Parts: sequence; structure tokens; C-alpha cells
Amino acid sequence: MFIIDCPWCGARDQSEFSTHGEAHIVRPEDPETVDDTEWGQYVFYRNNVKGWYRERWMHAFGCRRWFNVLRNTASDAIATTYVPGAPRPSLPEDT
Amino acid sequence: MVKRARLPGALLIDQKQPITFTFEGKTYQGYAGDTIASALAGAGQWVLSRSFKYHRPRGILTMAGQDSNTLVQLLGMPNVLADKTLITDGLQVEAQNYTGSLMNDKEAEISKVARFLPVGFYYRAFFRPKGIRNRIWEPIIRAKAGLGKVDTRHRGGYYDKAYGHYDVVVAGGGLAGMSAAISAAQHGASVLLVDENPILGGAMNYARADIKGKRLRARCAQLRQTIAESANITVMTDTVCNAWYVDHWLAVIKGCRLHKVRAKQFILAAGSLEQPAIFHNNDLPGVMMGSAAQRLMNLYGILPGKNAVVLTGNDDGYGVALELREAGAQVQIIEMRDLALAQATLHDGCVAAGLRIHYGSAIYAAKADRNMHHINGVEFGKIAGKGTIAKEHQQISCDLICMSVGYTPTYQLALQAGGKLGYDDDTAIFSIENLPKGFHLAGSLNGVFATDDVQADGQRAAAQALDGLEITHSLAADFLPVMVQVNHPWPIFEHPDDKNFVDFDEDLMVKDIRNAVKEGYNELELVKRFSTVGMGPSQGRHAALNAARLVAEATDRQVRDVGVTTARPPFSRETLGVMGGRVFSPERLTPMHHRHAELGGHAMRVGAWWRPGHYGVGVDRVAEINSEVRNVRENVGLIDVSTLGGLEILGADAAQFLNRVYTFAYLKQPIGRARYLLMTNEAGTVIDDGVACRMAEDRFYITATSSGVDRVCRQMLWLNAQWHMDINIINVTAAYGGMNLAGPNARKVLQKLVSDEVDISAEGFPYMGLREFQVAGIPAIVFRVGFVGELGYEIHVPATAAEYVWDQVLAVGQEFGIQPFGLETQRVLRLEKGHFIVGQDTDAMSTAEEINMTWAITQKKPFFIGKRSIELRNRALSKRKKVGFRLPSGITSMPQESNLVLKNNKMTGFISSVWLSPTLNAVIGFAYCAREDAQIGNHITIKCDDGTLHQAEIISPHFYDPDNARQKL
Repeated sequence: MFIIDCPWCGARDQSEFSTHGEAHIVRPEDPETVDDTEWGQYVFYRNNVKGWYRERWMHAFGCRRWFNVLRNTASDAIATTYVPGAPRPSLPEDT
Repeated sequence: MVKRARLPGALLIDQKQPITFTFEGKTYQGYAGDTIASALAGAGQWVLSRSFKYHRPRGILTMAGQDSNTLVQLLGMPNVLADKTLITDGLQVEAQNYTGSLMNDKEAEISKVARFLPVGFYYRAFFRPKGIRNRIWEPIIRAKAGLGKVDTRHRGGYYDKAYGHYDVVVAGGGLAGMSAAISAAQHGASVLLVDENPILGGAMNYARADIKGKRLRARCAQLRQTIAESANITVMTDTVCNAWYVDHWLAVIKGCRLHKVRAKQFILAAGSLEQPAIFHNNDLPGVMMGSAAQRLMNLYGILPGKNAVVLTGNDDGYGVALELREAGAQVQIIEMRDLALAQATLHDGCVAAGLRIHYGSAIYAAKADRNMHHINGVEFGKIAGKGTIAKEHQQISCDLICMSVGYTPTYQLALQAGGKLGYDDDTAIFSIENLPKGFHLAGSLNGVFATDDVQADGQRAAAQALDGLEITHSLAADFLPVMVQVNHPWPIFEHPDDKNFVDFDEDLMVKDIRNAVKEGYNELELVKRFSTVGMGPSQGRHAALNAARLVAEATDRQVRDVGVTTARPPFSRETLGVMGGRVFSPERLTPMHHRHAELGGHAMRVGAWWRPGHYGVGVDRVAEINSEVRNVRENVGLIDVSTLGGLEILGADAAQFLNRVYTFAYLKQPIGRARYLLMTNEAGTVIDDGVACRMAEDRFYITATSSGVDRVCRQMLWLNAQWHMDINIINVTAAYGGMNLAGPNARKVLQKLVSDEVDISAEGFPYMGLREFQVAGIPAIVFRVGFVGELGYEIHVPATAAEYVWDQVLAVGQEFGIQPFGLETQRVLRLEKGHFIVGQDTDAMSTAEEINMTWAITQKKPFFIGKRSIELRNRALSKRKKVGFRLPSGITSMPQESNLVLKNNKMTGFISSVWLSPTLNAVIGFAYCAREDAQIGNHITIKCDDGTLHQAEIISPHFYDPDNARQKL
């Protein structure tokens, strides 16, 4: 159980949050014009990295808002949290 | 009963309070504060257990709960540490891992065939021919694999959890830990100080740093006093910090309670574990750590031997010698170093006391009587080179060998936190590096041993913690400790007859480690797997250092490059009770919950909710459910549906939003109408359903499944975080209490509770209509749905008034035969009607097409979540289809949900719902089957739990009232 710094509420225990996988997955602008392979990539394929990972979290038992977390999947270290639409933070140096 | 005098001044026992207990059926007496091991030692019983593989007698090694020699069996509790567990009156203790008796173990003979049980024997001997391991070897090995017996009848105790939040947690209440706690607390930090012993003080309670042995005791008393007077230090003794997790989440265990503690800063001051020397028979009772002897004398008043030999490579051994001598023992010292290196405070004290010291020497072998119950002598000689002893040996008769040859830091929690071990060839001791932020070390595990330095190191760690807390302080952030050489670099001496143990838990000798390397396992992790070194209950506490040294030597590498094996939680044994004890899982009760209990409802857990499954005296569950079914079909029933998810979608874009997230069309849905909702995900799988009530142009009140509403709400919030539509999404599930009034008499009942101006006639309030009016004087949202297939009104009222409305409906319904019905009854009713339940009749692959719900998908909309995937999946249909099936009512073997549908003995599907319908007098159900078989009139094969095969006829899933006449009444 690590601590997550909710951009709206501040630092809270992980148990207050729900996690929803990789962030910045862009939905095809017009799903009807992409081929099945590309659509399948969007629906099912996600990166599964060991190391720094940008992912979506939601403060489910708090403000119920969504935000992004830059977390190291190997150490659970969290470099930063940021609101949707904010510029993507660069990866920490030690990667 | 055996009873012997104790030394005066023992810290932990009260000689005025004798306590009687039994060990192996024999009665012993100890004193309040005695552990099982100390009480037995006090009575002269030194053999506590038999070793794992060779069944050699074993006794006290550390007296600190850090070895497996002392594992004993209590009633209902195996593998209890005898040197940590206190005796109580009447306690029954048994030894473990023997055949016959502890003192005469028939299996001890196995020792003589040790050469036929080479290292890795278990690892490779049992695998050929194929299958032999499971059939023949495993039962034998399991029977022989000793340790304790689990009593499955034992009911255990009450275990629970607590939570703690501190600025600083200090693990280890010795000099460094006490010093760190005091310094941090003096600057305003809230501090938790955890120690596994009954009293604070650590080594100060038994070790000595000066010749008279008073300095540490005095300092300890002073620090204890300061801590007792510190308001912001919480002390937990008899408590172990068993695990470290990210962001200093600590599993702190005291008795039957797990404290989940979050620290802002963590100071590990857990001290060091004394390490054994390796020589022939170094495992037998009578051979123990120097610190174990000191603990026995100072904590329990027990003199561990009258004729002692202290094997030492540091000055601490001389402290042990002085202690023994003062307690009345004869003492000789075998010093591994030369005189020049040995000179130090306590050494000089021993010289002055006239103790005999054999410099530059080491033990070649411990001698024991034939049954090896206790050592009786020692054979030693001059050290000729690294690990070798000159040919000329001397012998001394003795009944105690104390080993003081070095330490390893108690590094487990640090390594759990990602710390790495270093090893300095000069000091021959492990060091800890690479710790996460906010994790600090203090004291001997930080390589600091001189008394004043240890205290200063505690202050330094506190300074670091205060820096992390951004509390200003004037504590010294750094200092240069005095270098103290405590470890001998090579206390390992081989013997032609082996029995020179590296790992006491696993009975591994020097040659076993060497042979593992010879077999090609040259990485420590591989040596561990092959030889099992460090895998026993003490997890390498006394094996890791010497094993690393041996592997480093055999592979010509540095010890720091060999390292130790990965450390994972827990630090020490953890009972299942602690892990499984009371959990804090939220439970939700509906507003009418207490009424259900009064009405005889049988509560069942559905997600977080408690709901009545059915009502009645509970003699025959099926009969009671069926009786409720009949009453709904014939009269009228009332069910609590408060658990149903309720969401409000407000705003100008509300209809447009629903159009995007559900498959049906909502833009033109009239105000005052309810409409079905079906939700698919991006993969086109059905994930939720409900009803949309259009309350106003810009306001929908929608329902979602009880278990799905949180997920649905989260998903909606996520979608609109991207879309920025003009809506608000509010989860109002808990704000409303809901009930469904269903049955042919439903209108008559409702009529009694509404004013005359409200038109609830079939024309004025038709099927799928939505109205807002007062029910029993309470403002209500009422809509007509037909989930159970009868004329029905769903009545949603403010939660605070729901119990009142429930009571009123039941009261006025009496004359119309109203009865409450439960969730299980509702499931039967909707099955008869042919309605599916998301999650019961669908899985992660179910499409609307598979479950015959394509009518709820509008093709005209340009966009909704799932549209693209549904199109794709419609082009290549799945191999299965959901069907309704029927079996005659007379079958003796009733199919169950999840029973398989077979074709040519291969699975093609499964049953998702099934019941012997009281209305239709036939077994009906939903099943998935092969698409090509899914024709009405076909038969599918169903396999029951007992193996019976049924041929079920596929029929229309609209089993009851297929024309929907009844729900539209």
C-alpha cells in the first residue's frame, strides 16, 4: 500500500484509489475508418513495462476524480501525479 | 519435579512466583517470566528438539527466538519458539520431529547413513521414473518432514487489526533505538518504538561494555526513564515489526493483533545477530552463542555450564567469560586471534582475573557422550592457516561452549525495502546500502559497535528523520565512529567426519555447500535452491554469512558479490490468524434492513450489501421461494430494491451523453417515460443494464446493477473527463430506498396510497411510464417495469422515508394478499420471464447478439461506446449462443448453475441459470451452447454434478407470458 498524492485532495493511502491501466491511450478519431487490426490495438493492447509507467488512477473513495500517475512498476515509487490534459512529465533520470 | 536454584538479579523472572508445566509429559517448574526454553534449561533439560534431517539433538542456540532449534509443539499450536514463549501454569509442551521419544529418537540412526543422503538428494533423487515422486516418495517425505502437527480441531483465538500513524517508527529498542526515539520525540515528532523483547534495552540488558558490567545497565535505566516520561513516544514491547512495504507501511504484530502502521520516517535499529563458528559437532546442546549464555544468566538467572569454554574472535567473548566466571563457572578462552590483536578492555579484564586464554587457536571438535545429548569436552589446536588447525590438539573437559566470533546486521527489513548488502573484507561484516528515502539505520546494524557511538548513531538517525520531516534541530548529522573489529573473517574449520554445520535448520554441512558449487550451482540463489541453505524457519539468520563466505571462496569471488538471497516479508513467523483475522470490509444495509429481519428474511451477502434471499421459517428453502413466486404471480409481492444503483445525469447534454454510453436511443425519449438501458464496453461486451427515467429535458434518473453501479459511475466520470459535455453525474444510490410492487393486485395496493388526483390506471400510467407523485404522503419516483413479468411499480423514495413507505405498502396490501419476496425469488421470477442478469447470464465475452439482445442496440446512432467492436464481432460471430432450455419436472438429478453443456463429450457451453419453475412445472434455464445447436426444438446434453447426463430441449427463453400481456395490464 503506497501513498498517492491526489492532485485535488493531497496525499492519501492507496486503498482510497482505483487504478485503470495505462494512460494516454488515444481513441481513434473516427473508429469507422480504421481497420480491424488498428482498432484491436486500441481496445486490447497495452504496454506492460517494468519501470516508469504513466497510468490512470481515480480517487474512488475521495473526490472521485481521475488523474494520471507516473509510477515505477518495479519499485512503486511515484515520481509525480498530474491532472488530465496537463503536459506529460518527463521520465525521472534514473531510468 | 526438577528444581534448581537460579542466579540472583535475573531481570525477567520473578522467583516468588513458581509456575508448573509439562514437557514431553514430565512436570517441570519455572518462574513467572520464564520462557519454555529457560525454564527447561533451569531444570537441566537441554535437549529441546531433533534436527530436521539427521535427527540430532538440539538445544538453545541464540536464546533470542532467532533459530529453529527451539521449535516446540503446544496444544493446537505447532512450531512455537520455546525461547520466546512464556510458560503458564499447566502449559503442555511437546517436542517435535522424532520417532519414539525426544531423548531416544529412533531416527537418529539416519545420521550414520548421512553419506548416502548427499546435498541436493531431495532435489534430484525423486524425479525418475516419472510419477514416482508423487506416488512413492512424497508420502514418505511428508511423514518424515518433521516439525509440528496442525490440530485441525483447534478453533484458534480472536485476531484483529489496528491502525497507527506516526512521524517516526523505530524498530528495535536497544541503545540505538532508544536514543533515536528520544531524540526524535524531543523535537516534537510522534514516535512509535517497537521491540520484540518484554523490556526495552536490547543488549544493554545482558551484555557488558566494561569490566564491572555496570555501565550498560545504568545507561539503560536512565534511557528507559526518559522514554517513560516522553508523552509522544508510544512503546510496544513483545512486538515485532514483521514487514516493510512501500512508503513505510509496516506490519507490526503484537500477540493476536496486526497493527498496520504508516510511518513518515522509519529507523531500523534492530541490532545484530550473533553468528556461529563452524567446527565438528557445533550444533549439539551445550554449544551456544556467547550472547545466548549472557541472556540465560542475566535475564533468567541460569548458569548455562559449570565448565565453560569461550571461543572468541572479538572482545565481546571476554565479556561472556567474565560473566560466567562471576556466576561461578570455570572458564577457559580459546582466542582465534593473537595476543596483539586481542588486547582490549574486556580482554585485559580477563587477564587480570587470571582466566586461561589460548591465543591463535580454534576448536577442532566438540566432544559429546554417545547419545549426543550434551557436549562434554572440546578438542582444539593452534590455527595453522585460513580454516586449518595444526596437528597437535589439546582437550578440555567442558559442559558449555560459547561462540563469540561475529555478527550479521539484522538486515531483513532493510533488504525488503530494496537495500543492498556490501561486505568489507577487512571488517568481514555485511553493511547495508541503497535504502529508500526516509529509511534510516542506527546502531550495530549500521556497523557501529562502541557504546557511546551507538547512542550517537541513534541521534544521527533521528537527525536524518527530522530532516525528512522538515523539523529543525541541532543534532549532529554525522560523526566518525570508532572502528571496532567484531567479526573474525574465517571461523570455519573442517573435520574429516564432517558434522560441521553451516545451516542448523536444514542440517547442511560445509561439504554440502562446497558440493553444491561443484555441481555447477555457483550463484547463491542456485546454491540455495539446490542445497536448501537458508530455507528453514530461521531463514538463514545463522547460515547466510558463512554460506556466502564458502560460496565466495569456492567460486573465487568477493563475499559482497555473492551476497545473500532475496529477503521478503515476513521477518519472523506469522500465524495464519494474524493474516486472516478480522477484516474491515464495508457492509451496506438497505433502509428497510431491520424490517427484513423482523419478517424472517434470510439475509445473504451480495457484494457489500446484505439482502433477504427469501422469507420464512427456513425449513425448506426451495418451497419458501416457490411460495413467494406463486404469490407474486397470483396476488402481489413486494421486494426491496434499494441496492439497485441510482445515478442522476443532469445538464443540457444529458440525453446526448446517455446516447453515447448506452446502446439504445435516448434523444427522443419523452419526459415521463422509462426506457431500457444496455451498456457495452469498447470491446462490445455487455457490461451493465438498467432503466433510464426521463424526469425533464435535461435530467435523467437512471438505474444500474447493484454490483455494477460504482464501475459504471467511474466510467462515466472518465468519459466525461475527456468529452467535457455539459452534464453532472451524481451517484444517488444511497439517497433513495426502492421497492418493487409486483403482481396482478399491484395497482389495487398502490391506489390505496395515492391521492385521488393521481391517475394510475392502465391508460393514465401505462407500462414503461414514469411519474412523480406522493406514495403514503412521501414524494416518490414511480415507474412501471416488468422485470418479474407482472404488473409492477418500482417506487423510489428518499432513503430516510423508505422504511415507512415499505410498512405502509405491506399494511394496505394485506387485503390483497401481499407478501414480501426476496432476491432469490426475484431471480426465479425473472428467469421464468426470460430476463437475463448481467454477470450471472453474461461473462467477459458476452455480446448482445449472443444473448438475443440486439433489439436494444440501435444502428442509427453515429456513435456509442462499443459500436465499432459490435460491428466487427457481428461479421465473425462467436461459436456459442445463449438459449433457453427445458427439462421434465420429474428428473431426480437437478442441474446446477455452471454445469457443463457437452457435445461428443466436449464442452460447448454451460448453464448460467436454472430452476424447477413452480409456475411452469418444468425445469427451465439459460445455457450457452454451440451456435449450430442453438435451434428451438434441438436437444443439448447437460452434465450434472453427480455425472448424470440430461437431454434438454431448447425452447424460447420467454418461458412465461411470451406476449407480455401481464406486465402491461
